[in-house]
Amino acid sequence: MADQPLWNQLIFYFTHNGLYILQQFGRHFLISFYGVLLAAVIGIPLGIYIANHYRLGDFIISVANVIQTIPSLAMLSIVMLVLGLGANTVIVTIFLYSILPILKNTYTGMKNVDPNIIDSAKGMGMTGLQLLYMVKLPLAMSVIMSGIRTAMVVAIGNTAIGAFVGAGGLGDMIIRGTNATDGAPLILAGALPTALMAVITDLVIGSLQKYFEPNNLHKK
Amino acid sequence: MSTAKEIVSFRNVAKKYRGGSVGVENINVTIKEGEFVCFIGTSGSGKTTTMRMINRMIDPSKGKITFKGHNIRHYDPVRLRRTIGYVIQNNGLMPHMTIQENITLVPKLLKWPQEKMDKKAHELIKLADLPESYLDRYPAELSGGQQQRIGVVRALAADQDLILMDEPFGALDPITRDDLQELIKHLQEELGKTIVFVTHDMDEALKLATHIVIMDSGHVIQDDTPDNILQHPANDFVKDLLGEERLLQAQQNTLSVSDIMSTNPAKITLGKSLAEAIRTMSLRHVDYLLVTDDDNKLKGYIDLETINERYSKDASVSDIYNCTRMKFRKDSYLRDTSEKILKQGYKYVPIVDKDNYLIGTVTRASLVNIIYDAIWGKEELDNPDEIKLPASIAKGSDKS
Repeated sequence: MADQPLWNQLIFYFTHNGLYILQQFGRHFLISFYGVLLAAVIGIPLGIYIANHYRLGDFIISVANVIQTIPSLAMLSIVMLVLGLGANTVIVTIFLYSILPILKNTYTGMKNVDPNIIDSAKGMGMTGLQLLYMVKLPLAMSVIMSGIRTAMVVAIGNTAIGAFVGAGGLGDMIIRGTNATDGAPLILAGALPTALMAVITDLVIGSLQKYFEPNNLHKK
Repeated sequence: MSTAKEIVSFRNVAKKYRGGSVGVENINVTIKEGEFVCFIGTSGSGKTTTMRMINRMIDPSKGKITFKGHNIRHYDPVRLRRTIGYVIQNNGLMPHMTIQENITLVPKLLKWPQEKMDKKAHELIKLADLPESYLDRYPAELSGGQQQRIGVVRALAADQDLILMDEPFGALDPITRDDLQELIKHLQEELGKTIVFVTHDMDEALKLATHIVIMDSGHVIQDDTPDNILQHPANDFVKDLLGEERLLQAQQNTLSVSDIMSTNPAKITLGKSLAEAIRTMSLRHVDYLLVTDDDNKLKGYIDLETINERYSKDASVSDIYNCTRMKFRKDSYLRDTSEKILKQGYKYVPIVDKDNYLIGTVTRASLVNIIYDAIWGKEELDNPDEIKLPASIAKGSDKS
């Protein structure tokens, strides 16, 4: 096998382990997705809250900034000390990394809603809750989406590193490739789908984000 | 209008901000149903603050505001706001909602059935004078003026009687603004809506308002009808705000002809001979004479042309005089007469009292003086004896 060109080896691997790769692909995606979902579930409401309490906002955002500066391998190891090996450790790490972009974008999105529109909505008799879900959220949605987009792309990369703590996923194949002699096809078989996943996710969320842009809504 | 019920009243209202800065102080204003009230003042005068207290966008720190007889503190702010129309400068349309959704926003908050909302949307887009196809568009697809039209009619969607407008036309070009001013004047006059309008544009206020409240640094300086404010500005601040030009124009509007007439008209009695008439003309440097009877009652006029054509030695004035074409009563307003004099090319118009006694004339020369004053300000006139000036023109504007 090893005497064959790299390209042929790769195709061979794909044809013989297609299902396995697909499985790892799904696992990889879900780990990233859960982490980001968790971050969104907590980050969006928190962002909405701090947009109305901006002294608190500065503090929370600087905390999130600090988290962001920790290198991902270090973060993984620290979380591993608490949660042990496995996918959960990676999900928590991704959650921590995703908090900042989601929180910050939610905060910015809410802050950027034209105060005139808020004034007029309030003056027409909207309750705080109506103001939020009828006006602020729809108008901030595209900015929030762009936060999720950033978080998701970063998360897919970080999940690959997560293979070090035994989470599986496409990163697992990359690591095995680096450990094996002549592991190039294995590395590519893990790296190419990872890159593809990041690009596709970016495109899909990007178009969602466009869809939510207030000025584009009429092109539904 | 004076018998109309009051809809909003401010009693000793004050707003102090944290840190002690005063928003407004000692506001006492009563707004009656059907009025068009303009709050006017420079920025920082508290006019917007005062308006926003009506729908509890700002709560006063002191005093009482009533809406339809009840203290607004006893209303739930959200429900209060749904019964008061609200229009702001940059139209405040929701960019993510269609025009229809924008118009029926308050009805939707009030949970009207869908058919009723549809009907209302169609009714209001007609009122805004825009095609019904616009209902499905988004605000960004409309021009600024069209957007503000929607902004205005939206304030009526739930049949609000009172509409608050915060400098709604500040960002519009003059032509569009005129159109919109007509629209809201129509709402007030035909539909009987009460409008509270905040502006810093005096022309706009004078054009629209039936009631003007002038504010400066948080205080009401003057609270009156536009006419009264023009006639009796409370102080120099109001005068400055109005501007010299408007004050002079306003004087012209309320001056009566007797204020500017010459009290010494060139006249002759019926019995005099034509020769005498010509002598009088030459003495007075005029080419016409007013003809009166011996009691000074106006009969008509005689001019050089007629004398020239029909001169005979023995004829008297009574033989050839013309009957009066145009005359004014001494208490008629100058604004009504000056245009007639100017447009119809009369050189002079006789002024009579109610029993038709001749008491003076208004000549084109007297009008020139008024216009001269309006353009160049007040100066010494060349012939102060000839033209009796009203005190208001001679000495400033403290009296009309």
